[in-house]
Amino acid sequence: MELAQMQKSLQDYTKSLFLEGVLDSQFLQLQQLQDESNPDFVSQVVTLFFQDSDRILNDLSLSLDQQVVDFKKVDPHVHQLKGSSSSIGAQRVKNACVVFRSFCEQQNVEACHRCLQQVKQEYYLVKNRLETLFKLEQQIVASGGMIPAMELGF
Amino acid sequence: MTVGDLSSSPSSSRELHVLAVDDSFVDRKVIERLLRISACKVTTVESGTRALQYLGLDGDKGSSTLKDLKVNLIVTDYSMPGLTGYELLKKIKESSAFREVPVVIMSSENIQPRIQQCMTEGAEGFLLKPVKLADVKRLKELIMRSGEPEDETKHSCPKRILQDDTDSSTSTLSSSLDVSSLDDDTPSSKRMKLEPRAHD
Repeated sequence: MELAQMQKSLQDYTKSLFLEGVLDSQFLQLQQLQDESNPDFVSQVVTLFFQDSDRILNDLSLSLDQQVVDFKKVDPHVHQLKGSSSSIGAQRVKNACVVFRSFCEQQNVEACHRCLQQVKQEYYLVKNRLETLFKLEQQIVASGGMIPAMELGF
Repeated sequence: MTVGDLSSSPSSSRELHVLAVDDSFVDRKVIERLLRISACKVTTVESGTRALQYLGLDGDKGSSTLKDLKVNLIVTDYSMPGLTGYELLKKIKESSAFREVPVVIMSSENIQPRIQQCMTEGAEGFLLKPVKLADVKRLKELIMRSGEPEDETKHSCPKRILQDDTDSSTSTLSSSLDVSSLDDDTPSSKRMKLEPRAHD
């Protein structure tokens, strides 16, 4: 694939993530913080997010599977995930966490189980999308090209 | 040579040294980058307890070894396990060594009583997460301005982080597709709290 074509694909792909609401403007903020001195900043932060989230989701699954659910344990985890997803612009994950927290407050175990599934779904989605995005970027860089700046025309 | 001072060149002493406290890996990395890109020296710690240790306020040893420690600004998350940002703020304001250091609280939650409580305790300002570059730039400007000697007269009014609070809808958190907030100079950015309002 030609370089220009790859760059266009990347732009279109990124744009679609915003239009679908998978990412929000905070992701663009992160991209603004990336430069020649910190060329991998976004992927570094996102990798931290993945590591953090994998751990939190695991802890959440365990906590919700207890005979007696300790919401004092569950809520802080969801709060944490809400925070980190918000910080990288993973909007749908964040929104799913907001819903989750409201059910934690109500101490509704069944609803929380459903929320966890929803959060996981959104998380795996954004993870998949971002991994694809980074692969596209790598292909461009490997071909000697530059990552095009995000156009904000939409 | 101060703790955390990486060079002894004259210009580095005019650089703001910021202590950033946050229990989230992700947020620490982001705030560190935001501050570094804004030409600040940054030290990050993961908890209020670590922050107190760093500042020599943990009571374990006297602050004599740290009397040359220069911290111009402390930015701390509110919700942290162990010592909360509020409790950390109180300890800092209680100390003779660091009570003059501005402390800014960060939180993902726009809870008025919480904000008010922090302001009452002497917080310089309040940042709503996720923190953006424009927030940090504005913060830095404020801190650098208030550090000038001619600013004596300005101390009569409470120092606050400037916010274009032209409308009351400060509940806009991470708005979707709000790409306008990318412009550092945008007047519509409502990221930081000025006077906390009851109905917000």
